[in-house]
Amino acid sequence: MSDASHWSIFLNSALVNNFVLAYFLGLCPFFGVSAPLGTAVRMGGAVSFVMLVASVCAFSINLLLDAINAPYLRIISYILVIASTVQLVEMLMRKLSPPTFRALGIFLPLITTNCAILGVALFQTNRGYGFTSSVVYALGAGAGFALALVLMAGVREKLDLAEVPDLVKGTAAALVVGGILSMCFMGFAGLGR
Amino acid sequence: MLGKEVSATDDFVKGLWRENPVFVQMLGLCPALAVSNTAINALTMGLATTFVLLMSGISVSALRKFIPREARIVSFICIIASFVTAVDYLLAAISLELHRSLGAFIALIVVNCLILGRAEIFASKNTLSRSVLDALGMGVGFTAALLFIGVVREILGSGSLFGVALFPDNFQTWTVMVLPSGGFFAMAMWLLVVNWLKKQKEAAEKQAQEAAA
Repeated sequence: MSDASHWSIFLNSALVNNFVLAYFLGLCPFFGVSAPLGTAVRMGGAVSFVMLVASVCAFSINLLLDAINAPYLRIISYILVIASTVQLVEMLMRKLSPPTFRALGIFLPLITTNCAILGVALFQTNRGYGFTSSVVYALGAGAGFALALVLMAGVREKLDLAEVPDLVKGTAAALVVGGILSMCFMGFAGLGR
Repeated sequence: MLGKEVSATDDFVKGLWRENPVFVQMLGLCPALAVSNTAINALTMGLATTFVLLMSGISVSALRKFIPREARIVSFICIIASFVTAVDYLLAAISLELHRSLGAFIALIVVNCLILGRAEIFASKNTLSRSVLDALGMGVGFTAALLFIGVVREILGSGSLFGVALFPDNFQTWTVMVLPSGGFFAMAMWLLVVNWLKKQKEAAEKQAQEAAA
């Protein structure tokens, strides 16, 4: 595959079909954690990292499942292997690089069962991506997720100071902000095709 | 209600309104917004989730004495994933078209926090019959919430309901409601309604208390 098509896969997963704003995956951290900007950046980094791990895992599992002709084991093996690999990486990280662990580690257990992670694995399988395409897809999805999280954190920091009616406060206001952000991302449609 | 005794009906009813998974607990938001662009998609998703909720509730509750505490989450995930796989194949057998339009979201039921949450909070600690009622209540509440969002989005976005056109041809459809952002807006609108109703009820209760005092 040429470089141009990899670039378009990246753009597609990061902007056009943004995981949070177009596919609604990983909404729990998006709304649940009204994190300050710095935390949002680190969380985005952690999610991208786990997505990459998940993508590589899913690609290998898929090869294995195809070889033994057992596609019905896909869902269960994906989630188990991804969860345990993340756990393993977390332990390695704690041992080998404590600073990275302090920056990203606390999020790892939370993220593992996030639907965005399993989503990357399932979508790349459904689309029949090869190894490099899968990795590029995961990187794009992670970048898009981090972008959406950071944008949301920035808006929410301002929103906390604004005067909104009691009824709208909290999640309802966040949802409307999410809707408007999602509308903005519609503007990317057609890019990277 | 008498003391701490919880009635069987309460196990079922609390999922419908007081602890509604989508509108009150904010669990399982991802599928609630992602597949609610038409009423039929929303209904299918709701029923599929209810089935998984019910079956995993039954299994977890029946096996709760045999599952070691340390390995419970892994066991729950295995149980849930098995039923999700079953639903995935079942739906493909019933309607290939619906299966295609829901895509990977059926498989993603496995990471719906609602199901793992009910297994951990309720089914692993309560008897089989109570767990069944709890799962059914939560499932019906989830399906209803999805259907509410789906109906609004389909009526406004495509001018139809369950695929039947409602308006004359000159109706200008609100395309935004079918797009992803419509999901956020429809959900925000229902949240406002729910919040408003809750506030009305609280005010009424307060008045009643004051009147009694």
